[in-house]
Amino acid sequence: MYAVRLWSVRHARGLNTFYRGFETALAMLHPLFKRLGYERLEPPVAAVERTVKGFLFDCKMCGQCVLSSTGMSCPMNCPKQLRNGPCGGVRDNGHCEVRPEMKCVWHQAVTGSARIAGGREALSQVQPAVDRRLQGRSSWLRVMRERAGEPA
Amino acid sequence: MIFEDEPVPGYPLPILPGHTSPGRLERILRAGQFAVTAELAPPDSADPEEVFQRAKIFDGYVDAINATDGSGANCHMSSVAVCALLTRLGYALVMQISCRDKNRIAIQGDILGAAAMGVCNILCLTGDGVQAGDHPQALPVFDLDCMSLLSTARTLRDEHRFLSGRKLSYSPRVFLGAASNPFGKPREWRADRLAKKVAAGAQFVQTQYCYDVPMLKTFMQRVEDLGLLGKVFILIGVGPLRSAKTAEWMRTHVPGLHIPDAIVKRLAGAQDQAREGRNLCVELIQQLREVKGVAGVHLMAYRQEESVPDIIDRSGVLQGRIPWHPGRDPQRSPQRVAAS
Repeated sequence: MYAVRLWSVRHARGLNTFYRGFETALAMLHPLFKRLGYERLEPPVAAVERTVKGFLFDCKMCGQCVLSSTGMSCPMNCPKQLRNGPCGGVRDNGHCEVRPEMKCVWHQAVTGSARIAGGREALSQVQPAVDRRLQGRSSWLRVMRERAGEPA
Repeated sequence: MIFEDEPVPGYPLPILPGHTSPGRLERILRAGQFAVTAELAPPDSADPEEVFQRAKIFDGYVDAINATDGSGANCHMSSVAVCALLTRLGYALVMQISCRDKNRIAIQGDILGAAAMGVCNILCLTGDGVQAGDHPQALPVFDLDCMSLLSTARTLRDEHRFLSGRKLSYSPRVFLGAASNPFGKPREWRADRLAKKVAAGAQFVQTQYCYDVPMLKTFMQRVEDLGLLGKVFILIGVGPLRSAKTAEWMRTHVPGLHIPDAIVKRLAGAQDQAREGRNLCVELIQQLREVKGVAGVHLMAYRQEESVPDIIDRSGVLQGRIPWHPGRDPQRSPQRVAAS
């Protein structure tokens, strides 16, 4: 939801801190998840992730979440799906050139990342091209497996 | 300027140490000359003569011609085709690639093909949204963004492979460029975004239209603070405004374009507004030349291309240098290279 999405950027610091804790907790569950089978867990976990992140960020389930590097503003809401910063067409009022009624996702990201410690540096990281095969899959499970050193 | 190691004028040059392309634009910039590039508006036509005529206007005044790729999301002859026609005559091209219409498979193929045709410079753009153009019903692709496009082109060139990892037998020797808008919001992050483009592979940038030199200087100061001078050649976008009304329309309708009130007022007060617009453009170029870190100008004289030679001439930035063009050195070269 648009209003909630803007709220999330305003509360980027808190959400980022919460996520850091959440990710650590998830990582501890790795042995259990491995026993249950990641592929079997994919549909229910993806459904939860879709609901929670959909509500907070208008998440599009790209499957390779970068919210921590974008000040909690989801770049997949950009009509050009930019992953590396604002295009040259941001309006003077900070709104999107394609959808004038919407605040620019990247203008928001710059604001949000200023609220997170190390946010500016994270924003400067070049993000690689999106792997379109991961669309609809859970980022959380992917991160769990990556942290455990297993192929995601 | 004639390069002594030019085998046949108009043909690719030997690649010097530290250079990545056999192109004249990279040579000019690395030699510390003030470079001039200009944008060619591709025709709504299948007639090659229209392309040749549009290029000929710039003969002797520009170091490279930008072939736009569906600019403003409007349909025109493709940048690949314009490059194919003009490289045959020896012109130096900057091939623009927009991420709007093609996915990574098509784009990588185009980069290989362009380099094979003699294109030495590639400008990596995200592209305008489809809503801006004449086909708003179209599917916007945006598989890559300008940043991942830059790193893709660099991967092809420096790692001799596709993104998939598959090896190339010969890599595209290209000079990589990007766009930059020093005047867009969020303004305080614009130089940082440029830094990111340089990290992704940009060796030169061409900016959005500049009508506000003090604002550009603020941007350039930040660029210097980030340690980017010397890592990227910055060509500033300029163009003549036809009238105060045009200026007013442009700044209202083109998002990200900044034209100060003083400019609009000056045009409105002039007897001959189009002439005043050209005078203003000449003055801007002269001021820009003095700004630290500015390596050249990029002329975007949309529908006023014929005014480019006079503007460059009066600005004096070429300092008597005559960039190569077909027929410049009749005793040295065949004009048109026959396809055999």
